[in-house]
Amino acid sequence: MKKTDILEKYLPRMENVLLILHDLQNNSRMNYLSEKDLSLVAHHLNTTLSSIYGVASYYSMFSLTPRGAHIIRICRSPVCHCAGVDDVFNELARILKLDVGATTPDRLFTLETTECLGQCDLAPAMTIDHVVYGKLTAASIATIIAQYRKKSASQGD
Amino acid sequence: MITEYNIALRNVGKINPASIQDYMDRGGYEALKKALQSPSEKVVHDITKSGLRGRGGAGFSTGLKKKYTSQASCVLLECMRYIVCNADEGEPGTFKDRIIMEGDPHLLVEGMVIAAYGVGAERGYIYIRGEYHQSITMIRNALAHAHVHGFLGNNILGSGFSLDIEIKLGAGSYLCGEELTLLESLEGKRGYPRIKPPFPAESGLFGKPTLINNVETLSHIPTIMINGARWYRQLGTETSPGTKIFTISGDVKNPGYAEVEMGVSLSDLIYRVAGGMKDERPFKAALLGGAAGTFVPESLLDVSMDFDALKEKGAVLGSGAVIVMCNDQSILMMLDSILRFFEHESCGKCVPCRVGTKQLVDLLEKLKGADDKRSDHIDALVYQSELMAKTALCPLGQSPVLAINSAVRYFRDELETTQISQSRCR
Ligand SMILES: Cc1cc2nc3c(=O)[nH]c(=O)nc-3n(C[C@H](O)[C@H](O)[C@H](O)COP(=O)(O)O)c2cc1C
Ligand code: SF4
Ligand code: FES
Repeated sequence: MKKTDILEKYLPRMENVLLILHDLQNNSRMNYLSEKDLSLVAHHLNTTLSSIYGVASYYSMFSLTPRGAHIIRICRSPVCHCAGVDDVFNELARILKLDVGATTPDRLFTLETTECLGQCDLAPAMTIDHVVYGKLTAASIATIIAQYRKKSASQGD
Repeated sequence: MITEYNIALRNVGKINPASIQDYMDRGGYEALKKALQSPSEKVVHDITKSGLRGRGGAGFSTGLKKKYTSQASCVLLECMRYIVCNADEGEPGTFKDRIIMEGDPHLLVEGMVIAAYGVGAERGYIYIRGEYHQSITMIRNALAHAHVHGFLGNNILGSGFSLDIEIKLGAGSYLCGEELTLLESLEGKRGYPRIKPPFPAESGLFGKPTLINNVETLSHIPTIMINGARWYRQLGTETSPGTKIFTISGDVKNPGYAEVEMGVSLSDLIYRVAGGMKDERPFKAALLGGAAGTFVPESLLDVSMDFDALKEKGAVLGSGAVIVMCNDQSILMMLDSILRFFEHESCGKCVPCRVGTKQLVDLLEKLKGADDKRSDHIDALVYQSELMAKTALCPLGQSPVLAINSAVRYFRDELETTQISQSRCR
């Protein structure tokens, strides 16, 4: 969808800013909000770029730098922590050769940590985009990542 | 077996949540019809009589809050009252609101319309955390269907009462679950807290009287309307009537959720609802209420799980999170995780919390590595968190003291002796 079409879906009121930012980011190929996006939002809402930047930079779900096609968010809150998320995280970082916040060179994955995802009965838990994965182990994580890689290879992107 | 009740979980798992027909076949929207036939004061009266208290964490009387909102002085013509549903569920260990929204979204919508009628609100917002993709989808679908059936919109069921409800999304800030911060975020601002007073009932969203309630709280209202306040009061305890969804996680056989009467014992939750300790390991502690919660030791296994009994013991019920730790778990590592959580979620607006949450993490780091003077480090943690509780601007900065003080109170020996090499969380 074109960016201007996305903007047009929302009445130009400041209360819609988070909805608009989500929508733009979800429709951006690199899962982020560019400066141009923020300017467009500022223009649509008849406000300054700095005030939109202030909002976008506050919330952890928004990224102002390009990310991979899939965003991995692994929970580090107390329940997952006690269930051994550190081991899972280390395995994930090893397989992907990534630090927190970084993106794989093929731009397939970005690895992020997050606080409680509300999936504590499945601890340790993570999400990849909108999909929840729970009861993670070092072994299961490898399978999950392999699936995404396979799917991406077969789609040739 | 312990009796499970179905009030907020009335239809979860029993209906197709995407089908309004399924919901109506099980008596859905009958409560709304009943409520709309009586004066709005009667709705508020019934909720007050039921003794329903907020399920979002603080336990404030829901009826009283409704009364304040409907009476908030409204002299200006353009004055409009709002109803806001807090669906920002972010407290670690808590996932009850998600279960309701994913499994029975119409129950929340119906409860919200009734509450709005009670206080005379004409616009409503459901603020859902951005990560709850499935909840967002289900609620969006439910709102659309409710509109088509005339349970929302203009002149609802011919009563003359009108209400529109919109979804708003959070974007990954725990603090935005705090009601005043949530209102700032709803208005499209950074999630910085407002100073209380004024309370939302006087000056809330866009400066107008606003009723704000948690998902679970609102989901009790349809059943109260149908069965009456007196019926509801038979459940639970004298001062915490009704049922509560507890989300039980950690080292139990069957982590999950259950709706049981307020006043259930902690041991029943662990041993009867959740199937007991995982691998029959010994119980060490439960963290009640999440990161903004308190540790309780084995000696409190019999405590009655309700707002007041827990308060008497220096603990909190909070959101109903029960995080169970077996003997292999380390209190030190759990504290570490909690303090990092607060450091991460501090909004940075006030110095005591911006600097204090970081200092707490550093102090704990020192404690983890210390060979001697461990007692001094522990005292420093307590001092620092108490200072924060007195000086921080909003409840987030006042929260770390809960976990720290309860850990020190019940597990000081362990904190003084456990070395870091022994204290890995499995
Ligand atoms: C830091 C913080 C986070 C909170 N997060 C939530 C939340 O995610 N959901 C919620 O319902 N209440 C949350 N609360 C409590 C709300 O401020 C408020 O008490 C609640 O929405 C009132 O609804 P109730 O009366 O129905 O419980 C939070 C409070 C604080 C201080
Ligand atoms: S106490 Fe913490 S979260 Fe609250 S205003 Fe101060 S810095 Fe922000
Ligand atoms: S603590 Fe990890 S999902 Fe809740």
